Amino acid sequence: MFTAIFGAFEAGIIYAIMALGVYLSFRVLDFPDLTVDGSFVTGAAVAATMIVNGMNPFIATILALIAGFAAGCLTGVLHTFGKINALLSGILMMIALYSINLRIMGKSNVPLLNSETAMTNIRDAWDKTGFDSIFNSILSTVGLGDSLPRTWGILIVMLIVTFTIKFLTDQFLKTEIGLAIRATGDNKRMIRSLSANTNVTVILGLGISNAMVAFSGALIAQQGGFADVGMGIGMIIIGLASVIIGEALFGTKTIARTTLAVIGGAIIYRIVVTLALRVDFLEPGDMKLITATIVILALVTPKIIDSTKEKKRKARKQAEFIAFNSLPDERKGEADAEIKPSP
Amino acid sequence: MKMNLKSISFAFVAGLLLLSGCGKETVKNSGSGEGAKEKYTIGITQFVAHPSLDAATEGFKKALEDEGFKDGENVEFDFQNAQADMNNTQTIANNFVGDKVDLIFANATPSAVSALNATKDIPILFTSVTDPVGAGLVDAFDKPGDNITGTTDNHPEGTAKTINFIIEEAGAKTIGIIYNAGEQNSEVQVEEVKKLAEAKGAKIVEASVSTSAEVKQATESLVGRVDAIYVPTDNTVVSALESVIFVANSKKLPLFVGELDSMKRGAVAASGFSYYDLGYQTGKMAAEILKGNKKPSEIPVELPSSLTLMINKKAAEEQGLEVKQEWEKIAEFFDGE
Repeated sequence: MFTAIFGAFEAGIIYAIMALGVYLSFRVLDFPDLTVDGSFVTGAAVAATMIVNGMNPFIATILALIAGFAAGCLTGVLHTFGKINALLSGILMMIALYSINLRIMGKSNVPLLNSETAMTNIRDAWDKTGFDSIFNSILSTVGLGDSLPRTWGILIVMLIVTFTIKFLTDQFLKTEIGLAIRATGDNKRMIRSLSANTNVTVILGLGISNAMVAFSGALIAQQGGFADVGMGIGMIIIGLASVIIGEALFGTKTIARTTLAVIGGAIIYRIVVTLALRVDFLEPGDMKLITATIVILALVTPKIIDSTKEKKRKARKQAEFIAFNSLPDERKGEADAEIKPSP
Repeated sequence: MKMNLKSISFAFVAGLLLLSGCGKETVKNSGSGEGAKEKYTIGITQFVAHPSLDAATEGFKKALEDEGFKDGENVEFDFQNAQADMNNTQTIANNFVGDKVDLIFANATPSAVSALNATKDIPILFTSVTDPVGAGLVDAFDKPGDNITGTTDNHPEGTAKTINFIIEEAGAKTIGIIYNAGEQNSEVQVEEVKKLAEAKGAKIVEASVSTSAEVKQATESLVGRVDAIYVPTDNTVVSALESVIFVANSKKLPLFVGELDSMKRGAVAASGFSYYDLGYQTGKMAAEILKGNKKPSEIPVELPSSLTLMINKKAAEEQGLEVKQEWEKIAEFFDGE
C-alpha cells in the first residue's frame, strides 16, 4: 500500500507541472486549450529521441520544453492571426502534433529502459548521498519496513523542481507581462483599451503553458521508461481534473494558493487512480467508474457541507426573526440593542 | 447533520482504504523463492480488454493450474487492466511491487515495459509482445534479463504464410494494409509485409488510422484500389474489425488478418496460433520459476509453438473468394463454432 501511494506521489508531482500548464491556459488566460494532448507527447518524443541519440538527458529535457513552447505559440497564432475559434485551434494543433510526434520519433514508441535518463542520473547521484538509508530507517521504525521505495531521490528532486516552477509562475504572474496575461483572461476589451497587445499575451501565455506540459511529458517518459505516441490521450482531462479538484479542496484565495492547490490536485488525482486500482471486489473494467465516483465525491461533499451550514444559518436567523417579532413592543428596543450594539 | 455528512465521507474513504488493504496479505517466507510457499500471489497486468489478450490470460492461468498452482488454494491472482491508458500501466506495476507479489504476468508490450521499469528483482513473464528486443525488454531471445522472459506473438513464418497465400492462391496483385501508425507492433509487421510482397512482385497500398473511429473510412478509401486487404495484429484496427468486415463483405474484397481470433470474426484467412496456447506456454514457464527450478535469465524467450493457416469458408463466400478444395493440403478449414 505504502509503495503504491509513494508511486502515486512520484508520478503526481511530475503530472503537477502539466496541471500547472493547464491552469495557466484554462484559468488565467480563460482559453480552453486542447493542444495539451499533443504537446505532452511532443515533450516526451523530443526528449526520448535526443536521449536515444546520445544527447545529455538534461539538455534533452530543456529542448523538449522549447518544443512545447513552439507548439503552444502556434496554437496562439492560429487563434489570434488566423481568427480561428479557441477550442478549434487547440484541436487542430493537437491533430497536427500527432503526425509531427510520429515524425520526431520516427516510430510510434521509443523505449528508454536501457538508456541513461535524467531519472537514472538523479537516482545514481542520490544513492551516493546515503539519504535513503536514513529515510528508510525512519520508515522501518514506524513499521513500514517491508515496503521500502527503491529511491527517494526522484520524489525529492521532483518536489524541488515542481515547486521551483510554481514559484516562478507565481512571480511571473506578478510582473507587468504576467499581469497583462491575467487581464487578457479577465477582460480582453478592457486590456486592449489600455493599449496592451492581446495577440502577444495570448501567444505567450499558450507558449508558456505548453512548455510546462511538454516538460512534464519529457519527465514522465524518462520516469516510465518509454515515449509513446498514444501517451497523451486524455491528458487534458487529467489536467482539468487536477485543477478543479485542487481548487475545490484547497481554495483559490490568491495566485500562490491556487498554484499550490493545482499541485495538490494532481497528486490527489493519481492517488485516486491508485486506490481505484486497488478496490478488489469489482471488475477491472470498473476502474474508470470508480475514479469518477471518488472525484465526484471529493467535489460534491464540501459543497453539501457548505450548503447545510448555510441552511442552518438561515434557519437560525429565521428563528431569531420570529422570536424578535413575537416579543411585546416595549422589549423590542432592548432586543434590538442586544443584536445591534450602538456605536 | 453536518457531522453526519463529514463522517460519511470520511467513512467512505476509510472504507476504500480498508478494502484496498484487504486480501492483499501474502504469506511471507524466509527463503529466496526456493522451496514451496503456502500461497503465491501473481500480479496480472493486461493493457486492454481484447479477445486475444483475454485468451492469453486464461491460458496462463490454466497452465499454472495444470502445474499444481490452483487459484484460491495455493495461488492468488491479482488481475489489473490498464484500460488502454499508458499512464495506468506504471501505476499498476508499482502496486504489484508494493504488494510484493511473487511473479508478474505482463500481457502486451506497454504493460511489460512498465513492469520492468518498476522492478528489477520480481520475476516478470510477458506475452503478446511482438518485438521484445525492439521494446527494450530483453537484449536477445536467448539472453533475457535477470528477472524477465516470456513469449512473443510474432511467429517469423506467420505473416509470410498468409501473404504468400494471398498472392499465390487468392491471386491478388495489390494488397491494402490498414494499421495504426502509432503502434510499434504494427510498424514492424507492415515493414515485413512490404518486403514479402516485393519479393513476390505484388504492390502494397497503406491506409493508416489513429483511432478505431477512423477504421471504416480508411477501409473505404482502399475500395477499387486493391484486390485484397490485410490487417496485421493491430490493437486499434482489430478492435474495430467489424467495420472492416462490413466493407469487405459489401464490396466483395477478401480480407486477411494476422491472427486466428480475428479470422473467426469474419475474415477469409489467417495463419497463426491461438493466444490461449501462447498464454499456456507462458504459464508453463511461470511454473518453472515459481517452483524454483529455473531463473528467468535461464529461460529463453519463446515463439508460439504451433502455426497453422486457417480458412474461414463462410467469410470467403461473403467476400467473393472461391474456396478451392486443394487448399486442404496447406490449410485447415474453419466452419464456425
